[in-house]
Amino acid sequence: MAAVTTSTERSLNKLAIVGVLIVTMIFLAPIYWIASTAFKPRNLATTIPPTVVFQPEISPFVKLFTKRSQLRTAPTPEQYAAAPWWERLVFDGGEKVVRSGRGEVQWSGYPNRFMNSLIVAITSTVLAVGMGTFTAYGFSRFKIKGEQDLLFFILSTRMLPPVVVAIPMFLMYRVVGLNDTHWGLIILYTAFNLSFSVWLMKGFMDEIPKEYEEAALVDGYTRMEAFFKIVLPEAATGIAATAVFCFITAWNEYAFALIMTNRRAQTAPPFIPSQVGSGLSDWTVIAAGTFLFLLPVAIFTFLLRNHLLRGMSFGAIRK
Amino acid sequence: MATAVMTTLDPNSRSAARGMSDLTIRNLFIIPTIVFLIVFNIFPLIYSLGYSFTDFRASSPAAANFVGLQNYRELLNDPFIWSNFAITAKYVIVSVVGQVIVGFGVALLLNRDIPLKGLLTTLLLLPMMLSMAVVGLFWKLLYDPSFGIINYTLGLGSFEWLSNPDMALYAVAITDIWMWSPFVMLLSLAGLSAVPKHLYEAAAIDRAGSFYTFFRITLPLVAPILMIAIIFRTMEAFKTFDLAYILTSQPTTEVISIRLYKMAFQEWQTGRSCALAYIVLIMILAITNIYVKYLNKVKER
Repeated sequence: MAAVTTSTERSLNKLAIVGVLIVTMIFLAPIYWIASTAFKPRNLATTIPPTVVFQPEISPFVKLFTKRSQLRTAPTPEQYAAAPWWERLVFDGGEKVVRSGRGEVQWSGYPNRFMNSLIVAITSTVLAVGMGTFTAYGFSRFKIKGEQDLLFFILSTRMLPPVVVAIPMFLMYRVVGLNDTHWGLIILYTAFNLSFSVWLMKGFMDEIPKEYEEAALVDGYTRMEAFFKIVLPEAATGIAATAVFCFITAWNEYAFALIMTNRRAQTAPPFIPSQVGSGLSDWTVIAAGTFLFLLPVAIFTFLLRNHLLRGMSFGAIRK
Repeated sequence: MATAVMTTLDPNSRSAARGMSDLTIRNLFIIPTIVFLIVFNIFPLIYSLGYSFTDFRASSPAAANFVGLQNYRELLNDPFIWSNFAITAKYVIVSVVGQVIVGFGVALLLNRDIPLKGLLTTLLLLPMMLSMAVVGLFWKLLYDPSFGIINYTLGLGSFEWLSNPDMALYAVAITDIWMWSPFVMLLSLAGLSAVPKHLYEAAAIDRAGSFYTFFRITLPLVAPILMIAIIFRTMEAFKTFDLAYILTSQPTTEVISIRLYKMAFQEWQTGRSCALAYIVLIMILAITNIYVKYLNKVKER
């Protein structure tokens, strides 16, 4: 840069830094707010003015995982003494709640939904990335008639609006008994992620030099051996990134889960909002459920940070 | 190329004789995926095409009667359906324009030497990775007229966002802008960083104003990648369901996917909803087509 421009450049840069910091704060404020609400005592969650400084508690998480009913009066000393430590946390918050009329520990619906989300997301990710890796290798290395058309067909299945696909799938699942089952959702998410996985993995496969396999083939490897021993280890980063993207998509999915499941196989996204309407909505509990649900995605986003551009553009843009 | 590999191989060598031929492997690798997608994506669509010509209701045991094009005719003449499309169009325009302005603006700010740039960028990208349903849920808390922090921060008193029919669609769009501006930002940053530095240097030597530099150098070079972002977001906004469905139940936010969902799974007008699904599908294909054509035009220049 020319020396004349440096001083204006520098002050512009400073302005930009301030601007970026303000924008970052605005963008993160909603996330910060939900995360902090998850650790608030109930009476501080909905105050005006909003409570920013408070003593963090884990009682919202206790309430999230257990089922309870309201006591008419404050807990008696006996009730308090009989309660386990986590239950005392809730009593200490000034709330007159016990787990149930008879006092036995009951799980709430949340851990179950969380497990369903994990089962469905992990299984569909393994299937979609597994099939996608083979198919991407096929597209990357072999001559295929109508290759572009096939790839476009694969991509177009991803563009279908979920509700449009869900109507016939719901009717078909009803016939074969897949409604409200893990497999029903796994199949849908696998289909949804498969096109993404093929497109992204093809980009990663294209970057692995063909000479590696050619050398292996000359050395007496079969094509299959070359694929498993040479190509797959080279593609490991790509496979991991693709898997994380597929996991996040399946983890976050709402419309299919809302339509296809209602209890047994219900995942967390349709379950968490359904808790709001139920009379006494305790925002600290909802925030705790939301926080736990968003946490894995936030961690994955950091792990994925160098692949985000590529993943979000279906491999169209690489850096 | 695969053929090149094969020609370098001696057909009598052990490696060629052992194991499967490349043709078998190719088919083995590709055909399962294609079959899977046909069975679970294309076949259901054919299935629902059949139902779209009937008066089938999934809630009743009565058999489906063939009604020809009646569903399509009635839907296309239904002013309420058109108002759902109009709401969707308004939503698409507001949210995509908002995302482009905010996303591209932030990208311009970030496109320079800033300490901790990588960390800040990753933090800014967080919203788009979250579940739309759960985002919708916690924005309900933020929008709450009595204790929401949005009203408090902006000093709006007890302004109604979600239960106000005139405001609800904008509230949903604002949430969508918050979530997806980072996506436009991410793509714009890639475009901006690809603009050759020497062009700016040349412009500086010519004493070109920053206005001129922006409109004559930056914007044209970033345009193709920005268009990709706009295509993706327009398609997604057109399909939007989760956010609007969770945030409000106002009739003014009933975008076409919500109408479709209600028609199919609350009113159980299965046959008719299959027909509407096809109308939506054709529109999505049309939008994609228009954009792809435009994109190619931008690229040619």
